[in-house]
Amino acid sequence: MKPSRTVTVTAGAVLVLCMMASALVLRHLDRMRTRTRLQEVLYISSPKVLRRLSLGYDGLLADIYWTRAVQYFGGKHFIGARNYDLLAPLLEITTGLDPHLTVAYEFGANFLAPQPPEGAGMPQRAIQLAEYGIRNNPDDWRLYYSLGFICYMELHDYPRAASAFARGAEVPGAHPFLRIMAAQMAEHGGDLRMAQMLWVTTYQSAQDQNVRANAVAHLRALQVDADVTNLEHLVAVYHQNTGHLPSSFADLQAAGLLNAIPIDPLGQAYKLMPDGRIEVPAPDDLPFIQKGLPSGYKPPPPKFLPSD
Amino acid sequence: MAAIEIIGLSKTYNVGFWRKRLKCALRSLDLTIAQGEIFGFLGPNGAGKTTTLKLLMGLVFPSSGMARILGMEINDPRMKARIGFLPEQPYFYDYLTATELLEYYAQLSGVAAGDRRRRVSKVLEQVGLPDAAKVQLRKFSKGMLQRVGIAQAILHDPEVLFFDEPMSGLDPIGRRQVRDLMEELKRQGKTIFFSTHILSDAESLCDRVAIIHLGELRGVGAVEDLTSSVEGRVEIVWLGNSVPASVRTIVTECHASGDTMRAVLPETQQDAMIDALRREHLRIVSITPVRTSLEEYFVRKLKPSEAAAGVRS
Amino acid sequence: MSGARVAHIASNTFREAVRDRVLYNLIAFAVLMSGAAILVGQISIGIERLVVINLGLTAVSLFGLVIAIFIGIGLVSKEIDKRTLYTVLSRPVRRWEFIVGKFFGLVGTLAVNTFFMALGVFGALLWVSHGFQLADGWVLVALYFIILQFLIITALALLFSSFSSPLLSAVFAFALFVIGSFAEDLRGFAAMAQGAVHWLAAGVAYLVPNFSSLNVVSSVAHGQPISAQLVFSNTLYALLYTAMAVSGAVLIFERRNLK
Repeated sequence: MKPSRTVTVTAGAVLVLCMMASALVLRHLDRMRTRTRLQEVLYISSPKVLRRLSLGYDGLLADIYWTRAVQYFGGKHFIGARNYDLLAPLLEITTGLDPHLTVAYEFGANFLAPQPPEGAGMPQRAIQLAEYGIRNNPDDWRLYYSLGFICYMELHDYPRAASAFARGAEVPGAHPFLRIMAAQMAEHGGDLRMAQMLWVTTYQSAQDQNVRANAVAHLRALQVDADVTNLEHLVAVYHQNTGHLPSSFADLQAAGLLNAIPIDPLGQAYKLMPDGRIEVPAPDDLPFIQKGLPSGYKPPPPKFLPSD
Repeated sequence: MAAIEIIGLSKTYNVGFWRKRLKCALRSLDLTIAQGEIFGFLGPNGAGKTTTLKLLMGLVFPSSGMARILGMEINDPRMKARIGFLPEQPYFYDYLTATELLEYYAQLSGVAAGDRRRRVSKVLEQVGLPDAAKVQLRKFSKGMLQRVGIAQAILHDPEVLFFDEPMSGLDPIGRRQVRDLMEELKRQGKTIFFSTHILSDAESLCDRVAIIHLGELRGVGAVEDLTSSVEGRVEIVWLGNSVPASVRTIVTECHASGDTMRAVLPETQQDAMIDALRREHLRIVSITPVRTSLEEYFVRKLKPSEAAAGVRS
Repeated sequence: MSGARVAHIASNTFREAVRDRVLYNLIAFAVLMSGAAILVGQISIGIERLVVINLGLTAVSLFGLVIAIFIGIGLVSKEIDKRTLYTVLSRPVRRWEFIVGKFFGLVGTLAVNTFFMALGVFGALLWVSHGFQLADGWVLVALYFIILQFLIITALALLFSSFSSPLLSAVFAFALFVIGSFAEDLRGFAAMAQGAVHWLAAGVAYLVPNFSSLNVVSSVAHGQPISAQLVFSNTLYALLYTAMAVSGAVLIFERRNLK
């Protein structure tokens, strides 16, 4: 007079097995569909149409497209792709559905503008995106900053960058660096200090963790470049003074040129090579550096760095 | 092998959403019903009759105890093929006609495909609905639905039948027909277990009855045993208009109607009474044992107030 | 024996749906498709085929969804409420046979419904394109995927019906349909989360029905082919998920005390 045990056990077993099996099939499906899924984005790439289709839930749909954009870029970045042609439509749809989603403009400035493999290599579209953002959010200084950032980093158009920073600096609550950068851009555009200020601003104002991690990586790279330049200059001085290359940092210390063993931003000591060059011990951990690389070094595909 | 065995069967419900209160619908029922019996399950409304039937049909699971029908478990399909069930105030798929419904039930009961049509029309005749075969059930009256209910219960020629209030909704003619049908089924050797709160039906039909109240069994036994329990009285009717002096003391009640006298006296005094009447040369019309009616037995088994609420003749 | 009873219950469920005038929805569908075909044919905007396929398949999907939910939520609960179940279960019908029979009955109804709708879609396509193209064959695959969707929705509605009231069942089923349409994104969200939230979200994301891969309407409208691998995986997924939901319904119904 109780529920049948056979039925309970069988149905229970079927339930559990099918649950697990369906999850496995889903993973397989997901892998199969990555390409198609994103191509479907292009079928309806007009934000206006999507807005109508979303039946008023455009904010939610914007969030969904934003997630897709981040995942798309992260996924491709991970495999070292050189083609991110869907990033621009995804960001445009996102901001078309929700023009106030500032994180999307920030992402565009940092990952749409730079050349592959770091970015999609579309600085003009990134600029259009930023200008669209400014039109819709005239009181958000971050958008002027994004615009200026792109002009500086990718186009090396210092006057335009300066004017964007100047406009941004007018907005209450803007990062104090904007005003400084605007003022000094004309004279010191190419300076290390300017680049550092920019990345610090990005780091401090970023809403997206990937952007923030990217900024940290760039700041470290700038530091390494500066360190290596400086150290190699000291080596040259030593060479000039003594007629031979130093064999270790101790020699430089003995000569009064150096106070302590120099360490890179990750806390590891730089290596002094026999030919007088300075190298970083772990170049894989320091993306974007332009100096201190071992000869013949090939950088691995860049990947999204975890947030610190 | 007993037709129905009920051992310690009980059912308690958890009532209420937040604070669960316990409601005991059936307390530890023990009953055995032999094959070929008509067994009446009596009680006022809410006594636990329908709960018992639902437990026996496997619609509800017991809190404790068990039951067997024809020696088999309650959810054994082989057993179910040999029983028929008529629920209280039955509902059927109202978008089907009577024939369609019965043929569907015949399919589910495993009646052979060639046999179905014949059985269905036969059973419709038996319950008096041959003309309504093609009518949609949503157009049926309450009485007609009740008959369809009986039809679907006997359709597959089961050995044991379970009826919950089989007479409900029927006019006197209908009730008579059902009574006749039940007697016919009994003649065929079937076992019938039915619940009712109409005592006169139970009295005339049943071999044995059980009385249940507030979930508890209050009495079981053959109808005659229950009714002629302690009383043992007879009623004697004779032509005349007086009671012989010698027996006046033993007569408990008497009254005259027309040219006859009617007296009630203890059974033990029956012979003395007959002798007295014959001595007086009075013509005896009839001698009838007096039974406590089942109603009185019923009432006695319940508290007066509750009996008044549930009793109907 | 079991199979016969399941089949009988299924066919009775189908009969009930038909007598409930469910199939009248085909009239509304026919009107919609004819109107669209004629309108689009008149305007001749160059994307007639696209519009007819998009509109037609979306309508098939939505009409079927509504039918699946509306009938599905009552499959069990209506029989319990109306107590029509008593005389069925007192027969040698096992409880699980009842559930499975009901399932197949509704699925059969939807399949028949979809078949007629498919005729309507192809009819409209013929009208606007004045002939069939090879790519139209993919429309059949899209329809097959829609039927797979119906399998899942029906199973879920049945599951809810076995323990919940019709109103709640409808809400749950509809909610799961919406969430399931964005299941891929939900899995994306889950992947980006960390710690306990990640596992919880991933659990939910894999448990909700996945309709994204079954929705190939836009692809087919653009004449894109559909890989055999996708067909196979989708079929497998739908069958597994359906089996999961139906066995859940069986488990619940097996131990249910009927009122």
